[in-house]
Amino acid sequence: MTPDAPLVLGIETSCDETGVGIVRGTDLLANVIASSMDEHARYGGVVPEVAARAHLEAMTPTISAAVAEAGIRLDDLDAIAVTSGPGLAGALMVGVGAAKALAVALDKPLYAVNHLVGHVGADVLDDTEHLEYPTIALLVSGGHTSLLLVRDLVSDVELLGETIDDAAGEAFDKVARVLGLPYPGGPQIDRLAAAGDPKAIRFPRGLSQPKDMAAHRYDFSFSGLKTAVARWVEKKQDAGEEVPVADVAASFREAVADVLLTKAIAACTDLGVPRLLLGGGVVANARVRRLAEERASAVGIELRIPPLELCTDNGAMIAALGAGLMMAGHAPSSLGFGADSTLPVTDIQVR
Amino acid sequence: MLLAIDTSAGSSVAVVDRDAGVIAEFDSGDSMRHAEVIGDLIARALDAASVRPLDLSGVVAGMGPGPFTGLRVGIAAARTFAFGIGRPLIPVVSHDAVAAEAFVSELYTADEHRPGGPRGILVVTDARRRELYWSAYSGLDEVGLPVRQDGPALAKPDAVAHDDLFRVDATSVSAGRLGMIAEVAFAAGRPFAADEALYLRSPDVTLSAGPKRVSA
Ligand SMILES: [Zn+2]
Repeated sequence: MTPDAPLVLGIETSCDETGVGIVRGTDLLANVIASSMDEHARYGGVVPEVAARAHLEAMTPTISAAVAEAGIRLDDLDAIAVTSGPGLAGALMVGVGAAKALAVALDKPLYAVNHLVGHVGADVLDDTEHLEYPTIALLVSGGHTSLLLVRDLVSDVELLGETIDDAAGEAFDKVARVLGLPYPGGPQIDRLAAAGDPKAIRFPRGLSQPKDMAAHRYDFSFSGLKTAVARWVEKKQDAGEEVPVADVAASFREAVADVLLTKAIAACTDLGVPRLLLGGGVVANARVRRLAEERASAVGIELRIPPLELCTDNGAMIAALGAGLMMAGHAPSSLGFGADSTLPVTDIQVR
Repeated sequence: MLLAIDTSAGSSVAVVDRDAGVIAEFDSGDSMRHAEVIGDLIARALDAASVRPLDLSGVVAGMGPGPFTGLRVGIAAARTFAFGIGRPLIPVVSHDAVAAEAFVSELYTADEHRPGGPRGILVVTDARRRELYWSAYSGLDEVGLPVRQDGPALAKPDAVAHDDLFRVDATSVSAGRLGMIAEVAFAAGRPFAADEALYLRSPDVTLSAGPKRVSA
């Protein structure tokens, strides 16, 4: 018999964070994250093999820390949940192998879940009133940029659009490099942009021209923007002029935030869904949050932004989705699933 | 009684006991689908041995050498299983299992009677990218454990050392053998291997050389 509020441990290893979270129904008990970000800094981006090796070393200590933080015994768990995809294949496999072994060792059911839907699931852990469905969800990080229509967390998620090249977070890293700033680029650009003029330079908004809108209304593209920034900076340098880094950072950041929110708000109005949920690490960006608040309130859309530690990749959101599936009566996954680096968002659970 | 897991080549899981030997062993020769098969192999081995997880006194992990993506799956599984039941992890070098088996094989014992007498064994496994992993063993010690004298190491096929030894090219590693090595080593009070994955190769990375110019 499924308990009303199952105790679930979630394991997340899709990118560079080893996340282990523990929830009881919709209550957050523990959320422990070990990040290998520092190891990637000198390479200017996430190196998959470095991330996978770090997951292996962090896995057991992170599970141990989460169990201690939650004040539970492993035996008390009702289920284990794990990210099956999408993400970096080698990184995902560490979590999948670990979760299967833990489930068999403890004789507990195992739920293999979708990372992106997990980002949406994070919202139920917020102490305030929970999100109503349907909602539009904008998930933006260094690994993904996706716009979803969520009619029901555990049974009905539709992909409206996604990036056709770089993820938004990746664009921040690449532009940071152009400006000579260290990795990760998001916080660096955010800091510099505070002193710059966002209207100083008009950088392109990808896939926003009328000709693009038919096929790519809700899709994103940041590769052209990154190149436009680099070209603008090089032109200044070639002319022997000083590069106004604060203005470049502010104008670039504005272009990203503008295109993200324009498309997200358009999805809300087009589909008559007055709710927007933000998720993913780029939510840490002050301008993205501010612009979301302005645009949402201007058209009467309810905006939800979970706390930052639940927006970046974490195990608690995976546990929350696993608990949600369990509470809705979904059967656990079989032990035969794998890591699926391109798992579509419509596959909320992998059987 | 121990659970043993090795994914340095295919995937192999066994339940072993010092007195009863290898009670159950299940293998998947597939050298790609480690993450898919690992859970079922563990469950089947426990089931076939009629053993509950808490009956085990430890979990043996084959630490490699092995191609990293697959190798990690077994080590992650062994570590979390051990953590889950609150028992120690027992790391063993995967090549030791191949050597232990080879030393008692007919092929090797026949070779021992050739003129010149016994020689040691060179264990060789595929490291992908046209490279090999190798370890050299001089023989079995008094309790029957293989004595590794060199390696494990990584080399190009034409640069593998110890070509005077009896060479065994292995495509699989038996978790049953691995587990029995751990049982014997434990009984004899021998040290186990270090709890670190034997990748023997650095991650493929190139240091960023700064931004590339985009304008002509
Ligand atoms: Zn994510």
